[in-house]
Amino acid sequence: MTKEIICTVCPMGCHITVDGEGDTILSVTGFTCKRGEQYASTEFAHPVRILTTTIRTDNEKNPLVPVRSAKPIPKEKVMDCMKVIRTYQAKAPIQTYDVLIENICDTGVDIVATGTLD
Amino acid sequence: MVKTDVVIIGAGAVGCAIARELSKYQVKVVVVDKRDDIGGDASKSNSAIIHTGYDAAPGTLESQLVVAANPMYDKLAKDLDIPFKRIGAILPAFTQEQYDKLPAIKEKAFKNHVYDVEYLTREEILEKEPELNPEVKGGLYIPRESIIDPFILVQALAENANENGVDFMLNTEVVDIKVENGAIKSVETTNGSIETTFVVNAAALHCDDIAAMVGKADYKVVARRGQFYILDKNTSCKVQNIVLPIPTKITKGKLMTPTIHGNMLVGPTAEDLDNKVDVSTTTEGLDSIYADVSKMIPHVNIRDTITQYSGLRPNRNPEGLHVDVYDDLAGYVNLSGVRSTGLTLSVAMGKYVVEKLKEIGCQMTFKEDFKPTRTGIPRFHEMSREEQEKLIQDNPLYGTIICRCETITEGEIVDAIRRPLGARTVDAVKRRVRAGMGRCQGGFCGPKVIEILSRELGIPTEEVNKNLPGSHMIVGKNK
Amino acid sequence: MYNVTCDVAIVGGGPAGLSAAVAAKKEGAKKVLIIERDESIGGILQQCLHPGFGLTYFKEELTGPEYAGRFAKEAIELGVEFLLNSMVLEVDNANNAVICVNKEYGMTQVTASSIILAMGCRERTRANIMIPGSRPAGVYTAGSAQRLVNRQNEMVGKKVVILGSGDIGMIMARRMTLEGAKVLAVIELNDFLAGLTRNKVQCLDDFGIPLYLSHTITKIDGYQRVEGIHFAKVDEKKKPIPETEQFIECDTLLLSVGLIPENELTRKAEIKMNRITNGPEVNQYMQTSAGNIFACGNVVHVNDLVDNVTTESQKAGRFAAQYAMNTLPETVKTAQSVTGSNVRYLCPQSVDISEKNETISLYFRVLQPELDVTLVAKSGGTIIAKKKRPRVNPGEMEHIEFQTKDICDENVTVEVVKEG
Repeated sequence: MTKEIICTVCPMGCHITVDGEGDTILSVTGFTCKRGEQYASTEFAHPVRILTTTIRTDNEKNPLVPVRSAKPIPKEKVMDCMKVIRTYQAKAPIQTYDVLIENICDTGVDIVATGTLD
Repeated sequence: MVKTDVVIIGAGAVGCAIARELSKYQVKVVVVDKRDDIGGDASKSNSAIIHTGYDAAPGTLESQLVVAANPMYDKLAKDLDIPFKRIGAILPAFTQEQYDKLPAIKEKAFKNHVYDVEYLTREEILEKEPELNPEVKGGLYIPRESIIDPFILVQALAENANENGVDFMLNTEVVDIKVENGAIKSVETTNGSIETTFVVNAAALHCDDIAAMVGKADYKVVARRGQFYILDKNTSCKVQNIVLPIPTKITKGKLMTPTIHGNMLVGPTAEDLDNKVDVSTTTEGLDSIYADVSKMIPHVNIRDTITQYSGLRPNRNPEGLHVDVYDDLAGYVNLSGVRSTGLTLSVAMGKYVVEKLKEIGCQMTFKEDFKPTRTGIPRFHEMSREEQEKLIQDNPLYGTIICRCETITEGEIVDAIRRPLGARTVDAVKRRVRAGMGRCQGGFCGPKVIEILSRELGIPTEEVNKNLPGSHMIVGKNK
Repeated sequence: MYNVTCDVAIVGGGPAGLSAAVAAKKEGAKKVLIIERDESIGGILQQCLHPGFGLTYFKEELTGPEYAGRFAKEAIELGVEFLLNSMVLEVDNANNAVICVNKEYGMTQVTASSIILAMGCRERTRANIMIPGSRPAGVYTAGSAQRLVNRQNEMVGKKVVILGSGDIGMIMARRMTLEGAKVLAVIELNDFLAGLTRNKVQCLDDFGIPLYLSHTITKIDGYQRVEGIHFAKVDEKKKPIPETEQFIECDTLLLSVGLIPENELTRKAEIKMNRITNGPEVNQYMQTSAGNIFACGNVVHVNDLVDNVTTESQKAGRFAAQYAMNTLPETVKTAQSVTGSNVRYLCPQSVDISEKNETISLYFRVLQPELDVTLVAKSGGTIIAKKKRPRVNPGEMEHIEFQTKDICDENVTVEVVKEG
């Protein structure tokens, strides 16, 4: 299988072609730097994203607290994670980087607060 | 069932002016309007000018009413706290053909009893208005042409009428008028029946539909759309006077004027529509405004526009302003053809309709306790620092600025909502206190105004409308 | 009137104001006060939940609240003071004062040795770009929608079209999708993307959201709520081609069509403004034509990266503190920044040369996208700095550095030259 990947590492936006099957990468062409090659390979086999969103709180004035996945999560799990996050309610006080959801959707990644709530 | 003496259909400028005039007398009056706010259609989208009537057709009812109305505004504006300014209008002539028309225009003004129109030399007119195209040959000056806040005019008339006993039924659409033995019996509405002896049809765009309910629709309303630009207060090219073009046979043309709040207003177009609802703006219409006005004011900077809107003038076919009463229908007064001069003539129309009602048998006894004045919403940004300080001390809500472009406080918005006939929608707030009227057009204050409306009215945010029922700003909670 | 006195007063507690405050404190200013209109500090970053901040400054990828949080924490630790819920009405530079309004203290006068303007920017609206049609509910600027969705927990619509491929527009396309809305199209007038490629990949392509380049909206339909939009391809003059018109049924239109520095106070204070940036003209100290007033961040010129805002605001903070302490270097002569080929504007607009040599960074935007270019700074016909760039783009800010000692006449000209 051949995939064309637009590199997002820097604003150059190189169009990189990756050929391979599943986890096996046969060839990577079109990159102009090492980071680009690395990015394209990951993006081909296991694309990941940092998920950022909000969690509902019990505070009327600040009904939401901003959150992120502590590490990137598999791209295909993003929508599943959103469904789970939607069911949570966080309770004040919250400090930045407090873990609000552990190991979301068995990704091994926690959802942590990126803001505070007194 | 509601029982009253007079039902006024339509809460626009004319309807509210009639209501306020009637509130001076011992008659029971109800104003009905299908919208959820006073201010109608045409009354909220116009050029905000109080005319002198210099260019009316001499001898017509329209001429009489406009000429009579203009001098009333000084006292009215003071009594009812309405922003109003006599800035004067100029009519510049750029071609010989236009220049040759000036004597006829002045003569017409004279026939309309507007005696204070003056000739201006090229030097005089350029001194008055340095932004004019320097090819100007001279022109006319009409000193009493004036500017007003058209929203506050209607609100002030309605609030004062209400304080003096007039009831308003908003969100109430007239579905039928019952006539018995050749006399008005009742007005049937979406909110029930109103038993009444007199009906005044001030429904403007829809006055033919109302007239049809009593079999008096011998004319058709033709909506004539006018598109406008509003320019930023900081626009690079501003005029000091109302700058009017010399009319041609076909059109009165497009003007440029300061607004009472310091913006520039440019327009309107004149397009006859085949419907009564289409208040869209169009690229062709807007382009034509620039094309015409830039001939008079070459540096007009349309790119400084902060909004564009269009309004519908309720013209009629056959043309002309009519106030009709009927031998075979007791208790009914029909107004039609109230068009672009409607805002100006509204206050004279109030007095005229009172006389008409007297003629057809409505008893008018003056109310000794009539209160002629109204206190408007405080305008924080127009006050001195000391006055501002005092206002905040009395009510800390005036210490929170909600609309940064126009410097509008939470106190003003809350007052606009809480006062009688108060605002129920985001646009109604905007029309009362100008929150969202500035250059960001509600980008910053919109979300806060929604919150305040929700809190004050005790409704969820998703029930807060922009203007019309169903114009939700929010579709629900995110999570 | 409530009276406060301080060394440095800063108008705005967003990333620019916070960075300036921290720098002013570190430079030695004793009392530094931030005046903020919102009830919390952090500015617009508080609603920018997405990652992508801090890559140059912190060398790590942070979200908006994290980035703002770091500076807020530092500011608090250093003893910066805050006047929240306070809207500045006037900068009275004759009296070195800022007049603001606050519900607790009422009218408040802040007297300061130096003042920093850091009010940020606002969004261009539907009216600014004159989209014809009716005026129903459901037309939002992307930033207003972002505030409602991300901070107020209000959903603005279900079926969404976005006009403008700026970063905020694309980021909102992803946010709305994640929160359950359907984003039907992103429409861009230019034949190139206005924002960053990474945002196209991660915000549009990831969710299969179509991007229409060289298209524009020709009409909005709907009287109560938006019912749909008409859009068409544009010709080389950016005029819609009628026969290409299509219709999309939707209930919401979000606009991401540009930002304008918010300079009402600056204009009122009669500070010299720049016609291109819509911001005040500044020298390398971020000092405006009113010597005691400095400016930084998006109020000066709209930045694409908050990291740049921080760097620039630190200068404003540092030099405003020096001004307050009377230690700002004495100017011997001044050179003007002059735009050469393919340069839209330069910031700072002038360079004050003192006895001491200084390194100057001139920031600028190009007019046209171009590949393989050299950025050149010249003074008196001599090249004083030169830098190769594989690619330049109007959406990405460029900069070039040189030494004040190399300036040999009244001008420094910057141009972008195509290789070969």
